[in-house]
Amino acid sequence: MNTVSQSTARYVADYDSIASQLPGSGLSWLQAMRTRALSQFSASGFPSPREEEWKYTNVAPIERKMFLPRRAIPGSVDIGLLGRYRLPDAFTLVFVDGGFDAGLSNFSGLPDGVVIAPLSEALGRFPELVRSRLGGCIESEPHGFISFNTAMFSDGVLVVLPARTVLERPIQLLHVATQPESLCTVRHLIVAENSAKGEIVESFVGQEDLSYLTASVCEVDIGENAAVTLHKFQAETAKAFHFGGIYVKQAQHGRFEHHNCSFGGLLVRSEIHVGLDQASECLLNGLFLGSGRQHVDNHTRVDHFKPYGISREVYKGILDERARGVFQGRMIVHQDAQKTDSNMTNRNLLLSVDAEIDTKPQLEIYADDVKCGHGVTVGQLEEELVFYLRSRGIDEPSARNMLTFAFANEMVEKIEYESLRSLVLEELISRLPQASAIKEWL
Amino acid sequence: MLRIENLHVSVEGKPILKGIDLNVKAGEVHAIMGPNGSGKSTLAHVLAGRPGYEVTAGRVWYQGKDLLAMAPEERAREGLFLAFQYPVEIPGVSNIYLLKAALNAIRKHHGLNELDAMDFLATVKDKTRLLDMDEQFLYRAVNEGFSGGEKKRNEILQMAVLEPKLAILDETDSGLDIDALKIVAQGINALRSEKRAFILVTHYQRLLNYIKPDRVHVLAHGSIAKSGDAGLALELEKQGYGWVEQLADAGA
Ligand SMILES: Nc1ncnc2c1ncn2[C@@H]1O[C@H](COP(=O)(O)OP(=O)(O)OP(=O)(O)O)[C@@H](O)[C@H]1O
Ligand SMILES: [Mg+2]
Repeated sequence: MNTVSQSTARYVADYDSIASQLPGSGLSWLQAMRTRALSQFSASGFPSPREEEWKYTNVAPIERKMFLPRRAIPGSVDIGLLGRYRLPDAFTLVFVDGGFDAGLSNFSGLPDGVVIAPLSEALGRFPELVRSRLGGCIESEPHGFISFNTAMFSDGVLVVLPARTVLERPIQLLHVATQPESLCTVRHLIVAENSAKGEIVESFVGQEDLSYLTASVCEVDIGENAAVTLHKFQAETAKAFHFGGIYVKQAQHGRFEHHNCSFGGLLVRSEIHVGLDQASECLLNGLFLGSGRQHVDNHTRVDHFKPYGISREVYKGILDERARGVFQGRMIVHQDAQKTDSNMTNRNLLLSVDAEIDTKPQLEIYADDVKCGHGVTVGQLEEELVFYLRSRGIDEPSARNMLTFAFANEMVEKIEYESLRSLVLEELISRLPQASAIKEWL
Repeated sequence: MLRIENLHVSVEGKPILKGIDLNVKAGEVHAIMGPNGSGKSTLAHVLAGRPGYEVTAGRVWYQGKDLLAMAPEERAREGLFLAFQYPVEIPGVSNIYLLKAALNAIRKHHGLNELDAMDFLATVKDKTRLLDMDEQFLYRAVNEGFSGGEKKRNEILQMAVLEPKLAILDETDSGLDIDALKIVAQGINALRSEKRAFILVTHYQRLLNYIKPDRVHVLAHGSIAKSGDAGLALELEKQGYGWVEQLADAGA
């Protein structure tokens, strides 16, 4: 057992003083769940690099700080920033420092039967539904961030897409940090019943150059034949810490698609864990950029439990300056999962000699009749391509930039949701050198 | 326009070009022929400024300037164009994006305004039609998944849009079907003027049936073994390279 850090002890000690303000504090089952999670967190603390799944990421900088649960006085929201990251055509729920902000949100005009409600409200309106689902997609031995989130979640969303409903407009969960040392512990619960279909975007942004911690957990329960597309758009501040875990359970013939765009943050860990049933399909796309001293960790896990599942995973990283990237992709084909068809690719571009990537695809195959592949590349731009562009009159820095942009843009183009795609594109361009030149070419 | 004097080039310490002399005037078409491995592409690459080649002796003058001192992009902006023997695929960069970036870089170099987006598109579409290419090619990634012939045609499309002063076409005819060859030749002929020069690297007379060269040179073992008029290409077609190579060996 780890010796827990001072901050862990403090979070635990201070818990009683905030417990009554947390949503659902009157529900005994939830209280019990939170208490259990707190004692797990108290024992484990935040994960340590000694744990296999955290080998390449040391969260000590998070432990050295003490982030504060939601304050009584909300911070003032930068409307301009919010406007920039708000998707104009989505149902939008805004979370300010982890708390739901009704005034800034807009999700009126929901189709019949569709539930979109802040979790704080949902616990009052649909306590039994939440009770039966909350934690259902999370693995049996949650690590410190998950327990931390369960104990502390300050709000979140409950989305229920009833059977056979197709939600035409996407839902955006827009998280904004407005106060220094704040804590964004949101917990989202997304349920797509049989044959339902919907699209959700999680956006994470922060104001100015605040330092804060996001520790979010999102559970996605996909029914038979249902289809969910989930996007993560992470553009936290340069001093922010981010943990975002997504845990997905798919029923037979369910379809899950995830696009993970990771741009910001000082220390970032994204987890996407998906469990597939018979003939379910899962598509994981990821693009991560790092510069300065950013550390960006992507941990994915795909469990094929039953036959005929299909999974496709492509992660691309671009690391510059002293940035460090991690790709840990586990693909587990269980004994029952015959005829699984899975593929995982991780390609990385290192733009500076000081940039680093640890990439570790792990295939664990316990079934014998499967088709599984994986590939990893780490490298610089191909000089032949640079020369080709230069031979057409394009100067060398622009040529390198164009190729770097192209490398990333391939992932952006996989996003079908148009207003999100243009937002991602803009963010990508703004983070590459020679942003204005790229804009001119487009 | 282009004057090559006693050019010696090595790759990884191995001498490939061993004293090339060539003089190309504006308005002329020169054909360079020669057996596989004789150094034709090496010459083309060196002229375009590809890194990795060591010029051990000689000079190259282009429009009165020292070509070898110029960066590849500078050469291109000054009107030199190389159609590659093996064009690379560039995933994620669309043809139209490349054409626009290239054309604007060249225009900027000459103090011209960027082309208006509508005008640019109109021009490019014109050239696409000229080469009988589907407009859809413009929006595909550069050469990605293109067939061999499509890649070659795409090089000529770039040439048509960029309107170079000196175009070096490295085996653009190889891999083209009979109809495509005719179309590509038309594309080249459409650009011919007394201000432009062409160097056609080719193995076959068939391209030269459409584009009559002013001079034909045979490269063998890294030097020009024989030069002549258009008749030389016909003679080579009949007799092969053997006799020229013997000449070269005798001379060496
Ligand atoms: N990077 C390299 N390293 C070693 N040798 C090289 C390299 N590049 C070219 N060469 C050699 O230089 C010689 C000339 O090659 P080049 O490509 O110029 O021939 P070519 O005349 O264009 O032939 P082809 O008609 O087949 O296109 C060949 O023997 C080739 O193997
Ligand atoms: Mg060649």
